[in-house]
This record gives sequence, C-alpha cells and structure tokens, in this order.
Amino acid sequence: MLEVTGFTKRFRGVAALDNVDFSLEEGEVHALLGENGAGKSTLINLIAGTFPWAEGVYRVNGRTITSLTPQVAQEIGIAAVFQEFSLVPDLTVVENIFLGREQSSGLFLKRKQMRQAAAELLDGLGFHLPLDEKVAFLSRAQKQMVEIAKALRIRPKVLILDEPTASLTDGEAEKLFNAVALLKARGVGIIYVSHRMSEIRNLSDRVTVLRGGKKIGTVVTSEISDEGLIEMMVGRPVEQLFPKIEHKPGAVRLEVRNLTTEKHSVIDASFTARAGEVVGLAGLVGCGRSELCRAVFGLEAIEAGAVMLGDKAVERPTPSSMLAANVCYFPADRGSEGLALARPARENATMSSLDLPALSSGPVLKFWRENETIREPLTNLALRPMAPERKASAFSGGNQQKLMLARGLMKSFDVYLFDEPTVGIDVGAKADVYNLIKSLVEAGASVVVSTSELPELINLASRVYVMHEGKVVAELARQELSEAQVLSHYFGGHA
Amino acid sequence: MSAETATMAPTVANAPAHRAGRLDRFLMQGGIVITFLVVAVVATALIEPRFLNRLNLLNVMRNFALLLIPSLAQMLVMTAGGFDLSVGAVVAVTSVVTAAVMLVGAGYFPGMELFVILAALVVALGVGALVGLVNAGLVSTFSLSPFMVTLAMMSVLMGVALYFTQGIPIYGVTDSFIANVGRGQFLGLPIVLWAALAVLAACIVMQRFTALGRHIYAVGSDQRSARLSGVATGRTLVAAYMLAGLLAALTGFLMTSRLGSGQSTIGGTLALETIAAAVIGGVSLRGGVGRAELVALAALFLSVIANAMNLVQVDSKYQTLVLGAVLIVALAIERLLLRKRQA
Repeated sequence: MLEVTGFTKRFRGVAALDNVDFSLEEGEVHALLGENGAGKSTLINLIAGTFPWAEGVYRVNGRTITSLTPQVAQEIGIAAVFQEFSLVPDLTVVENIFLGREQSSGLFLKRKQMRQAAAELLDGLGFHLPLDEKVAFLSRAQKQMVEIAKALRIRPKVLILDEPTASLTDGEAEKLFNAVALLKARGVGIIYVSHRMSEIRNLSDRVTVLRGGKKIGTVVTSEISDEGLIEMMVGRPVEQLFPKIEHKPGAVRLEVRNLTTEKHSVIDASFTARAGEVVGLAGLVGCGRSELCRAVFGLEAIEAGAVMLGDKAVERPTPSSMLAANVCYFPADRGSEGLALARPARENATMSSLDLPALSSGPVLKFWRENETIREPLTNLALRPMAPERKASAFSGGNQQKLMLARGLMKSFDVYLFDEPTVGIDVGAKADVYNLIKSLVEAGASVVVSTSELPELINLASRVYVMHEGKVVAELARQELSEAQVLSHYFGGHA
Repeated sequence: MSAETATMAPTVANAPAHRAGRLDRFLMQGGIVITFLVVAVVATALIEPRFLNRLNLLNVMRNFALLLIPSLAQMLVMTAGGFDLSVGAVVAVTSVVTAAVMLVGAGYFPGMELFVILAALVVALGVGALVGLVNAGLVSTFSLSPFMVTLAMMSVLMGVALYFTQGIPIYGVTDSFIANVGRGQFLGLPIVLWAALAVLAACIVMQRFTALGRHIYAVGSDQRSARLSGVATGRTLVAAYMLAGLLAALTGFLMTSRLGSGQSTIGGTLALETIAAAVIGGVSLRGGVGRAELVALAALFLSVIANAMNLVQVDSKYQTLVLGAVLIVALAIERLLLRKRQA
C-alpha cells in the first residue's frame, strides 16, 4: 500500500537517512526499531510530510508522490502521532481534535456535532477525557490520548505511532493496544516506533531495524528472537557499549532527606550518593527524577526536606552555591538550559569556571589562557570537530553534549548530577559519555544519573532508585538489577 | 468492554488534576476586571456625584466606544500571538485620510454628502486593511517579531501623517458627518457607542462560533502545532492583522467625526492604552487567550477612571502614572492566580 525506496535525507550535509527502503501493507503493523539517532524519526517524518526527502521514490497505492506537506499527507490518509505533540495548549480537547478540520455550516461552527463526534471517537478507543478542559491542564498521558484521537479523526489508511506508550500507564497502554488491534482489523496500516521489545513482539507483523541512518534489515517478527533484534539494533553485543566500572562506595557525599518540591513534582523523596559510586534514578518520563536533580541543584523550589552535602545541610540550594560546594549538574535540555547556542564552543566550555585562578584574576579574564585550559578536557571527550571557535549550535547533538560535559571537567567536583546524559546522541558519543562517567567515579567522585534508558542504569549504576509519581518507590542494589526488576516498579506497584 | 464503556458518559471520567477554588475560578475568568470596574464606578460615584450626570455619562460612553474598538483590534492581534503597536498610528493616518477625502470630495461632488462620507469610510478602511496586510505579511513571511514590525510601521505611518499635514489639523469635514455620527444619538445613546457595541458583538461571535476565531487562538497558542494540525497559519495571521487594521481605521473615521477635523497627532498613547485594556481584560501576552467581552469591560474600566481623574482635576501627567500602576497591579494579580492554578 505504501512503499518508499532509496529514501535519503541529509541535515547540514550529514546523512540522517541513507538509502532506506520501507513498505507497509494494508492491515499490517510494521514496527521500526533502532537506537536514538538511528533515523527512525527522520523516516517517519519524511513519510508524514514534515520535511522533504532528498532522494528516493515514494509510492502510495501505486501512485508516485513527488512532494508532500503534512496537510497533503493527511488528505491522502496518512496520519502521524509524534512524541512531540501537535496540540494547542489553550484550546480544549474537542477543539484540538477538530483543529484544522472544523465542521461548519456556512460561517458558523457545528459545535454540538463536533463535541458529539469527539465523544464517540474517544469512546470507541476506550479513552476517557474531560472534553471541555484546556489541553494545557491535561497530564501527558491524557495529551497522548488526545493526539491519537486527533490523528484518527481523518480516518487514516496509514497511521504512524511514535513511541505511543512512552508516557502511558499499563492500563492506558492496554487501551491503546486494543485500539491498534481494532484499526488493524479495519485494514489500517500502522507504522509503530518503539523501544519496548514486548510491544513489538505482541503487536507487530514485521520489524525494520535501522542503525546510523541505514537499514539493517526487515524481518518477520515471529521469526526472530529478542536477542537477534537487539544485535541488529546496536550492531554489537550489548556488553561492549558499556565500560566496566569499579565501584568503591566511600563516604556519603550527597544525601537528600524527605524532599518535597513546591510544585509537588517530587514528594518526600530520599536518597544518598556515596563517593566512588554511580547512583541511578529510574522511572517514566515525568516521574519526578529530573525535578529531583533540579531541586538538588537549586532549580526547583523546595517546600520541605533537606539537601545534605557530606554532613552539612544546604539551606536553600542555588546553582551558584551548589557549584561553589563542588556539585555539578548537567541538564537534559541542552538547548534551553545548558548551552548558549549562539556563542562559540570555547565560551560554553568555560562558562561556569571563569572564577578559577587558571582563567581569571579578579575581574579580568585571562582570555589568552582559555584555549590552553579547554584543550585537554575537549580532547579527552573527543569533540568532533575539534573547533573551539565554532558556534555551539553548529555541533551535532552528541558533541553539544560533550561541550556541556566539558564544563564539569574544568575542575574536579565531588558530586555530578546527570539528567538524561545520552538523549538524542549517537552510539559513539554515548560510549564516550559512559567512559567519562567511569573515569569520574574511579577518581572518587559521586555520580547521580537520571535516565530513561534502562540498559544504562543496569550496566553503569551500583544502586538504582526507582521513582513513580514523584515518590521514590524502590531502591535496588547492583545484584538485584535487571530490566524486569526495575520495570516492575515503574508503575508504583509490585506487578 | 465496549458495551460497558459506551454507556459511560465520556465527559465525567478522568477529572483534571487541578482543582481551583471557586473564588480563584471567578477571578481567572474575568472576575478581576469585573471587580475593578465595580469598585471604580462605585468609588467615582461616591467621591464625585457629577459622574452620574447624564452629559458626563454620555461623554464616558463616547470615550469608551473610541477606546473599545482599537482595544478589540489589539486583542485580535495579541490572541494571534502578536502585538500591534501601529494601532494608534493607523488611527492618525485614517483620520487624516477621512478628512482629506471629505475635503476633496466636497469639491467634486457638492451636495452628495452621504456619498462623500461613505467614500471616506471606504478609503479609510482600505488604508487600515492594507496596513494590516503588510504587518501580517512581514510577520509571517519573514518570521519577524510582531513587536518590531508594528513599531516600525508605527514610525512610518506617523511620518506619513505628519508629512502630509505638517501637524496642522485638516478642517472641512462634512458638517452632517459631525452632527450625525460624532455627536449623533440613537435611542438616547451615542452613535459611536452603537458602532462599538456592534463591533464587540461581531468579535464575540467570531471568537466563539467561527473556525477563524478558533484558528486565531490556535496560532497564538502554539503556531507549530497549529500548522501541523492543518491550520493555514499565514492566512490566519493575515486575517487577524487585517481585521485589526480595519478596526483601527474605523476608530480613525469615528474620531474624526468626534473631533470635527482630521488630526495627525491623535492616537499617540493608543498603543499603550489598548494593550493595557487587553491585558487587564485577561488577554495573554503570549497569545492564545483572550475574550472580547472581558476586554470591553477593561476598556470601560479605563474610561471610567480617566473620567474620574478629569472630574477631580488630576493633572494629565498623573493620569499616565495611574494607568501604568493599574496595569502593573492587574498583571501581578493575574500572574499570582496563574501560579496558584499551576501548582
């Protein structure tokens, strides 16, 4: 029904997708598997018309399509639900579902009919949502449901689902799976992007694996093992990606006692991090682990509880006082919280260290020493290209992350907080980040890693705290760490 | 399972996570403006009984009408995620245009007063629409900041108006225009007030019951999402800015009949005043939120306090000061409520 051949797309000269073939049959669920940066999102964005492809042939029902916009794609029956939502926060659920396809009689909207149709649509999917609430006030899971309903409003022939269960609870995910089965029975072809092996196994008919923008292969799901799929995905046995870390837990460097943030994104959370160990924070996106790190660093207002460094309590953490107390934080959102994108790499690397004697005396910057000072950390991190005067925005995601990390290497900190250190960066850069964490820990620092990538925690951490809805629900020691163990606490219960 | 869920009302399940108190809800949904307005009216009436004088009230109505129309223009652009700083300059230019068309027209078409008045209206509206089109075109094609585009536009238009008039008012405005529009009444209320109320009603209907209204909210709230949802964002912006231009032009036209001459110097503070009315009326500075009826209440509130200050002979210098202070207080209250709601 849908077929693309030789699809290629370049961003700034780098091929994000390289000569990829993909096809979808009527009533088929075709899973796309690959690591972050493998080209999955590029492929589905091209298919959905978000941006144009550079080379390749696109055919739908035998008709060749030469150019595509999201609107045209919708008209020919291709709908997409991306992880980044296309919902308008200030409009209600009903208004969002019909946005851009309002039903009117003459000049006036058919408000009642649209409300009725939206109710029926959501009902058919088994989703229960407050129809007249503004989307801004919905939870992420509810937004996800609105987004799915919105995609189905056009009665698509092809539906693209990009990690649709990433923010859903088990019960909600179950409803989604039922909806997928229903659509499949109606003959809708579904492109399903997911990291979760169990979903791919239960839902999909075929799997296409991408790595580094290239297609590794398409296989029938029932004919391949999980291990086989993982090996196709990472291109090497899993163990080689992660360095072996020698944990030597020493004195407690950071202790958080019964911390609750003002926004109640973290509730009564406690954890400790010792010198010479990696402590993991696990949980779904939005479970409060990012906010916990941010609160420790003084970026979220604290309502109750204490942050202790060694045996000293920090009254009101602020970023500058925490930096001065040798605590370093790497944000998840490099663009808006970390890097000054318009400034050169050099300035970004030294930004939080300008008070070091190596870089300044009094108010005067020793700008002539700057290049010399940053050379070693940037070389250790293998910054590519090694061009300190280039604007931060001109580096790839992985190398932007390295610039962030370089800040923490300007001097040695006691505690490093990493929030999603490998989001959106390629496998090579990931390995560099893991090696950095290893060297920090083995030099005696205390490292806290908050991440949604379970393999990272299982292979790097000495202990893992699992969070659910703002609370710490479990602490797992190294010997208890397995994906199944950690996941069983993801939804708060002991399922 | 479908049999069970089908019988459940889909609206009541999954109540939203937030639960604002009744008072907070009232305040969020226009309660602030209503409170401000009632306090201002009652206080003014107590302090200065002349406020309730029929002639004074008519005066307040006229001023209110001439603030309401450009405030609605401002609201349209702000809910679409922009600002229109050129609104006052459009008023000035269209005032000059109205008077000039009447002056010239009276020479060519003596005795055809109605025709000349309508011609002036059409030309003025055309100028307003054109300015809106240029504003929207620059904002959407080049992704320029609405703030800067309309600031530049304001400067250009003020320059044009001053160049043609040398700052001197244009007299020769058709007499029946002044008598029937600017000073005219219908059912005991000023014609300009009826015009403003008609515009208000049209705005309310447009915002609530038409796809255009919904698209303006969508584009102002999140332009990317709106585009991905199939909303023609460029066309929506053009519609919002052109409607704003039309309303500003209508204001210029009506103001000319009120003043009896075309003046290039009016509207200087209108950008500030209309933004104040919009913001006090709950229009979000980030777009996507704002309702015409609340903006109307805010405009009425501002007209009442301006009138009160005139009655008790507060120096005009202090009047600007009060306007600024009121604006800051309203913004602070709104922000506090929003924070409370998000917590």
